[in-house]
Amino acid sequence: MGKSASINVHHVTRVEGHGNIVVDLVDGELVRCDLEIVEAPRFFEVLLRGRPAEEAPRITCRICGICSVGHATASIQAVEDALGIRPGPKTRKLRRLNMCGEWFQSHVLHVAFLVAPDAFGAPSVIPLAESHPGVVKLALRLKGLANEVCYTVSGRHVMPISYLPGGMGRWPTAAELERLHRLLVDARADVDALVDLFTGIEWPELHRECECLAALDDDGAYPMMGGPIHSSLGRTWPPHRYRDAVEEYLVDHSAAKHARGRAGSIRVGALARYRLAHELLGWRAQRAADALGLDPETTNPFHYNLAQVVETVQAHEEAISLVEELLEDPAPEERAPVTRARGGEGFGIAEVPRGTLYHHYAIGPDGRIERANCIIPTGQNLAAIEDDMRVFVPALLDLPEEEIAHRLEMLVRAYDPCISCSVHLLDVRFLRGGRRNAADGEGGGG
Amino acid sequence: MGTATRRGSRPRVAFFSFASCEGCQLQVLSVEDRLLDLLGQVEIVNFREAIDDRRDDYEIAFVEGAIVKPGDVEELLAIRERARILVALGACACQGGINAIRNRLPVARAADLVYGGRRDGVFAALPEATPLHALVTVDYRVPGCPIDRDEFLEAVRSLLAGTVPSLPPHAVCVECTLRENGCLLERGLPCLGGVARAGCGAVCPAWGAPCEACRGFHDDPNFEGLGEAFYRAGLPRSLAAEKLELFNNWKEFRERWERALPSTSTT
Repeated sequence: MGKSASINVHHVTRVEGHGNIVVDLVDGELVRCDLEIVEAPRFFEVLLRGRPAEEAPRITCRICGICSVGHATASIQAVEDALGIRPGPKTRKLRRLNMCGEWFQSHVLHVAFLVAPDAFGAPSVIPLAESHPGVVKLALRLKGLANEVCYTVSGRHVMPISYLPGGMGRWPTAAELERLHRLLVDARADVDALVDLFTGIEWPELHRECECLAALDDDGAYPMMGGPIHSSLGRTWPPHRYRDAVEEYLVDHSAAKHARGRAGSIRVGALARYRLAHELLGWRAQRAADALGLDPETTNPFHYNLAQVVETVQAHEEAISLVEELLEDPAPEERAPVTRARGGEGFGIAEVPRGTLYHHYAIGPDGRIERANCIIPTGQNLAAIEDDMRVFVPALLDLPEEEIAHRLEMLVRAYDPCISCSVHLLDVRFLRGGRRNAADGEGGGG
Repeated sequence: MGTATRRGSRPRVAFFSFASCEGCQLQVLSVEDRLLDLLGQVEIVNFREAIDDRRDDYEIAFVEGAIVKPGDVEELLAIRERARILVALGACACQGGINAIRNRLPVARAADLVYGGRRDGVFAALPEATPLHALVTVDYRVPGCPIDRDEFLEAVRSLLAGTVPSLPPHAVCVECTLRENGCLLERGLPCLGGVARAGCGAVCPAWGAPCEACRGFHDDPNFEGLGEAFYRAGLPRSLAAEKLELFNNWKEFRERWERALPSTSTT
């Protein structure tokens, strides 16, 4: 007789959105191993239908507060692609700067507020603030810096304002850019301290080979603003063939669509980008990766946390360079014109903190959105998370169920799932012999 | 547990999230420099996005999101029963927000378009996306998409001091004028600042985008006047109606503007 276990975590904490983990092990056989996504359906594709195309970035950024710059970026690129608009080089720089701000904000929030409590043995960030006040103050300073970047570029971080087809609605002044430059340069010591914080931490051993996907920028920069989709299995697709790289499908236990690649589940996000493009990192980020001992070939999903620290350094250094380049010629750039007023299909890809984000619109001759499709990074990672859990659970069986649940939550958290994006909620439930615990449906399960 | 140092005297506060982007909770976390001060004044007993602890003995509940699926209503009623003060955070909670755009379609049609017609289990949705006040008494509102950090802090301060948080009674236009943004309508942009409630500092017009009334309406909105202003700007009146659908499509609000601005939207 093998072991039986039933684990049931209702609403996993310290993730963005609502989800549950349900594991059912009967006589050593894993009957169920699901990450239930129970977020409320919000029908974004319906919200977009018939709306004027220029509203798309402002509507879709509301899919998720924490990824709102990424959505605005993919969305404006899809609109511009459909209408034949080619924004100028300075506009592209300003938008990339905002993406740096969002990466920085999102990664710092994840590693320092949501993951650090596990790393330092605190139940969450509030007790961490008492046991390790320096860590939390550092994280707050860095997060505030990211807000400054996004505030300067787009008025605020949550729901960026100034994304207009062909350009930006407001251009930061030279004085604003100079102030931002000072803040960014002064923060180098804090960024180094963040790397030190995560150096030498031991992560659970979990190795599982999995296809990694990332859209690499055309200009050889570290992947961020979209481009051809690359696979660790060696294949490449142009953006408009995204459906060949990623296929979405519905499963009963998730309000978020799952996705698969050519060989089953896929990984996207910081670890996938690092694997496919680590040689494009700047020297400071490379140095951080070396200090953290992050192997480009790693197959351990817990190393997402480390890849995010490396990308935090990258986003910070890139932001400094971009501000310097923008300061060379701080005059506003004219908005680029529409060259295909009859509309058509448009594809917008952005590498957002959690992975590759696809926006695909059909825009009619009246300038309105006829159809929209968005493929969200968290949805793409869900199948991989479940496959990881299937490998992980059998290795944990000697532990008490509470500890198993805790490890599984850490695993889910490592992917930094954004369930608002994927629909939105995360919860771990262990079942025993197919029966749910009495606590099913109540908070604090496990 | 074991979070508080001076448990007992501080008000116990909880955060809850229904259908939304959780951006309002993120705005709460974005008060950075003042966050630790704030944490010293209250005891947070439930904030799933940031902490593991979950308790039900809260006095003040901050609730973001709209009510959209089976189970939401019961959960909201339970929160209302436990909380002495319930504060609606953000456009989704206050007005239904963008969630309510889908109310123009029967839910079955919306499900056909997005989930291949599935409405069972995790795909189940209520016929309408609904703001909180349509179901329970809401004591205070912090409006906006997202909420304004300073306005949130001000509301917390008021509640801690036992006073009533208030909202500016006037239009976004007033703040836009003070900020010397220049009128977006005069530039031919479909701006709703004339009917929208101030308090955001006219941040959207300042960054080049028209106001979309995410904070709802001010105390005395004139929708006929808005239609007239659109007409004078060379924009169809129906466009004003269409813009109002974005954040104010919940039927109670829609009834108010639709009398003056018949909508032509049929999608």
